[in-house]
Amino acid sequence: MKNIHASGHVRGQSVFLDDLPVHEGTLYAAVFGSPVAHGRITGADLERARALPGVVAVFSHEDIPGKNQIGGNIRDEPLLAERELHYIGQPVFLIVAEDEWTARRARLLAGLQYEALPAITDVEEAWGREQFLFPPRTFRLGSVDEAWEHCVYHFEGEAETGAQEHLYLEPQASYAFPAPHGGMKICSSAQGPAEVQHVAARVLGLPVHRIEVEATQLGGAFGGKEGQATAWACLAALAAWRLQRPVKLVLPRQDDMRMTGKRLPCRARFRIGLSRALKILTYEATFLLDGGAAAGLSPGILERALFHATNSYYIPNVRATAFCCRTNLPPNTAFRGFGAPQAMFALEAAIARAAYELGIPARRIQEANLLKEGDEFPYGQRARQAHARQCWARAEADFDIRKKEKEVEAFNHQNASTKKGLAMMPVCFGISFTKTSMNQASALLHIYQDGSVGLSSGAVEMGQGVSTKLAQLAAMALGVQAERIRVETTDTARVANSSPTAASSGADLNGKAVQHACAQLRRRLLETAASILRAPLAEVDLHAEQVWRNGRPTALSWEKLAPEALQRRVNLSAQGYYATPLICFDREKEKGHPFAYYVYGTAAVTMAVDCIRGTYATEEVCIIHDFGDSLNPDIDQGQVEGGVVQGIGWMTSEEVGCSPDGRLLADSLSTYKIPDIYAAPDVIDCRPLGAEGPGMAALRSKAVGEPPLMYGIAAYFALIQAIRAFNPHYRPGFRAPMTPEKVLMALYQDENAAAL
Amino acid sequence: MIEFVLNRQLICTDKPAAMPLLDFIRREQRLTGAKVGCGEGDCGACLVLEGRLEEGRMQYRPIVSCLTPLANAHGRHIVTVEGLNLRHLSPVQEAVAEHSAAQCGFCTPGVIVALTALCLSEAPLSPEKAIAALDGNLCRCTGYQSLKKAALAVAARLPVERQNRAIPWLIEQGWLPAYFDAIPGQVAQIPRCSPAFAPGRPILGGGTDLLVQQAGQLMAEAPNLLCERWEIGGICEDGDSCFIGGGLPIAAILENRTLNRHIPGLGRCAPLIASTPVRNMGTLGGNLANASPIADLAIIFLAFETRVLLNGPSGRRELPLEDFYLAYKQIDKSPSEYLEGLRLRLPGARRLFSFEKVSKRTHLDIASVNTAIGLDFDGETMSRVRLSAGGVSPVPLLLRRTGAFLEGKMISESVLGRANALMQEEISPISDIRGSADYKRLLLRQLFFAHFLKLFPEHLSFENIHNEGLLAHEKHSRFRAREGAIRLSG
Repeated sequence: MKNIHASGHVRGQSVFLDDLPVHEGTLYAAVFGSPVAHGRITGADLERARALPGVVAVFSHEDIPGKNQIGGNIRDEPLLAERELHYIGQPVFLIVAEDEWTARRARLLAGLQYEALPAITDVEEAWGREQFLFPPRTFRLGSVDEAWEHCVYHFEGEAETGAQEHLYLEPQASYAFPAPHGGMKICSSAQGPAEVQHVAARVLGLPVHRIEVEATQLGGAFGGKEGQATAWACLAALAAWRLQRPVKLVLPRQDDMRMTGKRLPCRARFRIGLSRALKILTYEATFLLDGGAAAGLSPGILERALFHATNSYYIPNVRATAFCCRTNLPPNTAFRGFGAPQAMFALEAAIARAAYELGIPARRIQEANLLKEGDEFPYGQRARQAHARQCWARAEADFDIRKKEKEVEAFNHQNASTKKGLAMMPVCFGISFTKTSMNQASALLHIYQDGSVGLSSGAVEMGQGVSTKLAQLAAMALGVQAERIRVETTDTARVANSSPTAASSGADLNGKAVQHACAQLRRRLLETAASILRAPLAEVDLHAEQVWRNGRPTALSWEKLAPEALQRRVNLSAQGYYATPLICFDREKEKGHPFAYYVYGTAAVTMAVDCIRGTYATEEVCIIHDFGDSLNPDIDQGQVEGGVVQGIGWMTSEEVGCSPDGRLLADSLSTYKIPDIYAAPDVIDCRPLGAEGPGMAALRSKAVGEPPLMYGIAAYFALIQAIRAFNPHYRPGFRAPMTPEKVLMALYQDENAAAL
Repeated sequence: MIEFVLNRQLICTDKPAAMPLLDFIRREQRLTGAKVGCGEGDCGACLVLEGRLEEGRMQYRPIVSCLTPLANAHGRHIVTVEGLNLRHLSPVQEAVAEHSAAQCGFCTPGVIVALTALCLSEAPLSPEKAIAALDGNLCRCTGYQSLKKAALAVAARLPVERQNRAIPWLIEQGWLPAYFDAIPGQVAQIPRCSPAFAPGRPILGGGTDLLVQQAGQLMAEAPNLLCERWEIGGICEDGDSCFIGGGLPIAAILENRTLNRHIPGLGRCAPLIASTPVRNMGTLGGNLANASPIADLAIIFLAFETRVLLNGPSGRRELPLEDFYLAYKQIDKSPSEYLEGLRLRLPGARRLFSFEKVSKRTHLDIASVNTAIGLDFDGETMSRVRLSAGGVSPVPLLLRRTGAFLEGKMISESVLGRANALMQEEISPISDIRGSADYKRLLLRQLFFAHFLKLFPEHLSFENIHNEGLLAHEKHSRFRAREGAIRLSG
């Protein structure tokens, strides 16, 4: 089944936040951001901004009726700066005007006096000064130091990955307007409307039930609208509340890029020890994550980095420690993979370092250490239905990796100015929010008297196809065509206390809740049908829009059944609820069973490097992916393709960078380069593993959002291979992204140069 | 008054000339299909079709409406995705939906417009052209595989021979709404306006540069509109030279038959320069007068003997292109003058030309370093060598000494090595967001060699250059891998 929104999308009729019809008297807001990375506010001059014709109001923290605090578990983030400035772009004032252009012009007239303070923009410096957003954590298994003695091969090194801008095509947006009975309605391009509602209530000093938050559909999010949608929604709500008028705040792209956080950059130090048989006996890693100026979602991100420190491998002795450092950069945040990609890159770097030193293909070390059934992760959970080895073996066989390697070798032998590299990447990704309490969802279904169905859940549609999957699940459960199901927008007044749509779990959690609601409705309708047909319940069935009796269709169609049930005073609405069973985690011991199940896969990526110009192309990506029993192969395939290209972008051309004074160097689309149609791989051949899915996934269809991103890591190592084929002196520094600049410098690096 | 046809409706408006067309479409007309993605012409979510009446028939091109000054729509037909909707899905829309090429849907209207532009173009089709139709559309969801399949599926359904009958065929086959039939008549009735040049006021061409940063400011002024000045919109041969109008969009120059006859390979530069929609808008005058040190057209035309023609209250004057650039972002042009065009001295049949450019992303990006070379070759030696480079000095640079050194020389690895040494002395790159100074030096050397490897494959080989040690790393500290902070350029 195709995406249920496809027709609206291709006709330009899908309604994103900025497309909503505006109410009469709507005002437009612009955010005045801190001009300095660290400073103390000494004064403000807002008169010139206020005097500009068309300006209605300029708000500061003093105008906040409730608490000036939008932090999550750690309350360290004001909505509007009070005394201190912590990063360039940090919201300080909100300017509200009759139109956007006026608001933005007024912003140029607002003045802020401050005393500049020394800024920290380097994670090592923050670490050295013990600037942590929260205490570090360590996961342990076995005895690293003891095992180190028994290793035949020992290697140490560093690995580094950079920030990644989400670059959802739809910028952050919010629209707030006063609602009846003293309420406030906020439309927000948020992955977690309930979180927005909760925080907006805190900011406005209102009980949560007076705030209603609705998300229509998002033009991409990728984690960037999970924690970071809140500020913009709260600002619009603040202005709308103070002025009692509708206020819209859509961030211009450059504001969005300057003011919102990215994927956490990570610097890792590793120590890896192997046996003669290439078994990794011990692995020690220290991760310095750059959280930016506030904690936000970083506690969870740090945790997931630790959960995935050993990726798809079994390592008996592990010590992994992660620090989350405070720097004077925008608060970094969730991004597809949520800490796992950073940790997985570090381990691949360690394996690559070992392989280069030993003069063997990295593939041999990778293969020798893949997880098998029953292996223990450093946090105590054991691998069940472990498909790491099957995925690897299938990839080797289906894509004839040995032959491909020989072809690459022959090509490199024959070509002087173009070199190729091939690298493999196994992935094992745990499914569930690592914070156990978030693994719950509810759904609300109404059957209307004409037989049409309205479905509400906590899931936000952002392109990942969750609405289509929920419609499919409901249609299957009720025995009707999917066209009968309308998936409503996500609204806190219809479905309360929902978890954000994140952690790849949207379809799992909400799907199970939908199934639960449908089961109730189905039972009631079957009872009604049995009573209409005067048949025993056991003889009655409902599918294909029809009531069946003993396997034969009756005259009772779905369209007749619904109004008849209403006549008979049968409740045609149901609320469904689901909480993932079994999962638990003890943060004292750092042990438990945090994941419902794991998604596995193996990718092989071939890159070609132009050794004259230092440019490169992704020739081929071959993937065996563990979909379980895919509910929707079209959508799932799209998730894999999109994820892997995002991962390749993170490893190659996507570079944010920052100046010593805390300015982001790439803060617009003209400087920040996501893959375009030419940079995307020529071929992505993704094949399903075909193994049965777990019962904890809705209809055994595994979650698919995040895992494919990490296949992109292979692009980095394929590039390194190609460069080494040209320049034997090249010493890789394992610093991603591998931009054309780094590639060219590496191609012509001499023996004595520093690692690059 | 600005008058144009928006989809099927005649628009008459007195909104500011520099108002982005996208704002007008979305806010004033409530057509929300075109999206605000980036506001700088990079993402293509705001694509619309711009139709011009040329010799009685409409010619459509995709443009980014976020950077199109409203006044540039005057006398045109502007088509948004809403204007393409039929009762059923058009085959273009069907292909995108069927191939699951719309995930979040935010880039999708732009994709539909770009692929419809492909259908409307009457140039011969190929799979490469079908993919190239989407070179100005960024998508963050799909990874482009499904988009490529959709583009190829669309191309496969189009007839190969569409010369002069694309629109009737598309209407007949249910690809386009029937109202397109009546558009030439409607557009023809819109009076042409040719306002007098107002010296001192800003000059606005295609908008691709000025509207990125200065839209708000320009809206408050009444800029001179380059696109309305028909006299600077042409290319004509005149004896041994050729006039190229400053108001011409980049695409029109790169695709021009006359120019391609004289500059072999000019058209092949196109994929390295901006994107299809931006090439349809950005003008020669804008690219040159903006004075960016990495302006692609400046680099290309520096490889030829080219003079800049300026027009102003005190009359016309002309000067060599290389003398037009004085310092970083400074040109030899008073605010009351406008750039009428270029006079290109027609190169002879022995002229060889090469353009090279490397940026962080190969396509749809601004150069780290770009370079062009033009030279005459008689089978043995080089003469009239003009080598240019961008991104390595405050201005688009003509490397006079290196060029002079190469004149009269035969092609050999050692000559190139010595030329490179000279070239390195002529340049002064700085570290900025486009790359470190060391990188730019190394890159220019490589691109310099690339020119020759491309032009003289029978005289040179990469192996030889490499083996001769020319490409082995010079023992020079400035090429050392450098760590530490990157400085922003002005």
